[in-house]
Amino acid sequence: MSAQTGMTGSPAGPVTPVPAGLPSGPGNGSTRQGSARPSGGPAGRGRRAETRAAWVLALPFCILFLAFTAWPVIQSFFMSFTDTKAKDLKHPFSVNVIGLDNYTKALSDPIFRKSAVNTAYFVLIGMPLTLVMALAAAVALDKGISRFRAVFRLGFYLPVITSIVAVAVVWRFLLQDPGGLINTALGWVGIDGPNWLGDPKWSMPALIMMAAWRNFGTAMIIFLAGLQSVPAELHEAAAIDGAGVWQRFRNVTMPLLRPTLLFVMVTTAIGYLQFFEEPYVMTQGGPLNSTMSLTYATFNQFGFGNYGLAAAMSYIIFVVIAIVTAVQFRLLRERS
Amino acid sequence: MSVDTAPRLARTRPPGASAPQSGMVGSHHGGRWWLYLILVIALVAVVAPFVWMVLGSFKSDGELQQIPPTWWPQSASLDNYTHLFTQLNFKQFFANSAIVAVVVTVGNLLFCSMLGYALAMLDFKGKRVIFIAVMTTLMIPGVVTFVPLFVLVANAGLVDTLPGIFLPFLVAPFGVFLMRQFIIGLPKDLLDAGRVDGAGELRIFAQIILPLCGPALATLGILTFLGSWNNFLWPLVVAQSEEKYTLPVALALYSTGQNSTNYGLLLAGATVVIIPILAVFLIFQRRFIEGIATTGIK
Repeated sequence: MSAQTGMTGSPAGPVTPVPAGLPSGPGNGSTRQGSARPSGGPAGRGRRAETRAAWVLALPFCILFLAFTAWPVIQSFFMSFTDTKAKDLKHPFSVNVIGLDNYTKALSDPIFRKSAVNTAYFVLIGMPLTLVMALAAAVALDKGISRFRAVFRLGFYLPVITSIVAVAVVWRFLLQDPGGLINTALGWVGIDGPNWLGDPKWSMPALIMMAAWRNFGTAMIIFLAGLQSVPAELHEAAAIDGAGVWQRFRNVTMPLLRPTLLFVMVTTAIGYLQFFEEPYVMTQGGPLNSTMSLTYATFNQFGFGNYGLAAAMSYIIFVVIAIVTAVQFRLLRERS
Repeated sequence: MSVDTAPRLARTRPPGASAPQSGMVGSHHGGRWWLYLILVIALVAVVAPFVWMVLGSFKSDGELQQIPPTWWPQSASLDNYTHLFTQLNFKQFFANSAIVAVVVTVGNLLFCSMLGYALAMLDFKGKRVIFIAVMTTLMIPGVVTFVPLFVLVANAGLVDTLPGIFLPFLVAPFGVFLMRQFIIGLPKDLLDAGRVDGAGELRIFAQIILPLCGPALATLGILTFLGSWNNFLWPLVVAQSEEKYTLPVALALYSTGQNSTNYGLLLAGATVVIIPILAVFLIFQRRFIEGIATTGIK
């Protein structure tokens, strides 16, 4: 319990020997580190040891993070103000600073504009659909049934864990017209299904359907965790007061689920605003650019070698995501 | 008396009826049959594509092109799978995917928990800066770093190598956030206890903190493994020769290339991509869901 133990007990790790003055008594229970640091030499050494240890722990992450995330983010930002092309990579000094030209060019590009409309369509229809499916499944599994919960949970989560490429192979079959499983099933009830992926009117609904199928499991699991923190007594009290199922859901469950809902909405929106893989593997953005998304259009500019323009487009997407996130936080934050 | 019968009434209530006061109690014992029915229909709809995929992988191309489509294979055979592993290089793709996913997962578990611990429990100069930098980049879309990252990897001569595929993913801001949130909830007394016993800061982390992080590590591990195994865009750009393809890259290129009409082969390939991930998930799913509930992701 004394400083003595700190020195003579088990030998401290070779990298950071525990300084003598550190154990000033765990009993005095101060905040963060638990031990209040008295001023003076030994404590200063303790602090230094702690700082050194912290940096040893932080260093591997920081090096990798700087190299592969922070540096590219900054470089991309500067690149967005230049006319960098693929061929300039070997001659970095032939690049010219062109101010905001890339941004104006991106915003006036008809394909980029079309892709902005498509992305909005995808998010505004796809996100509510996904969240409603997820919430319905979560509520049903949480309160509605008591058996086979794990089976349903696993089944609904299955699409989340599968590779988009494998999913695309299967869904192209399902959506075929004629002869696809979906149109065959629709035929049983007398509906003549559309040519899902070939018709510009139906290509986006098809991808939304697929995205909702693939993603609602994630939101469901998080909703389930959130629902478990809603105390059962509250429900029972409300039931005794005569509140029906729907009333209890609206007035007891939803308010308490607010933080969970905020988290799910924010993460889903961030993911859906970057929607790319579904059209890439299913439609290549077609037919007639009807499934071209913002990220896809950006990726295409990268593919064409227009690095400066692609960087500007990616920063436009970032700004959109930041704004949408901020708005959601404002609308849904807990009222104090 | 009415208290006793209420739960039973609730259970046999017809679908249209409004919930009686004891609906809660009833729902805790058995649930409603119509809800099961809806859930089963939903489950069938969600899982059907997978079942059809697996069944289809045993069918011949001729059968797969039939209209209307068949459900059970008329004559099941393993031809598609033998073709996949003998004539196409699927063993190699499988190994590449596994190497990348394991390295990325180990890297994230180790490095993110190290920094997560430092941010949660230790006090040091630069802590705020690191935390803010990590949280900011959580929001930046991947496409922002795509171009410079490719330039970086190209300049380092890592295009068409496995390190080129996994190095950029060895750490992720999300992992740090998750680990920090979990570790910050652990009692601080643990540190004092360790310090009193004379353990160094690193030893406290490795021997006291880390063993308590099971659920968080399981969550992060599964999410990272899934993400890496299914990662598609980056490997597609970096892997340029066939020996470096990961499974999704190979499958995507085959499904749009000259094998694109070889339907049985594609379905078998899709099955091979999905099965290992399914196995990993089935083994760890309990801890995973526990982890999500306890790591403050909710």
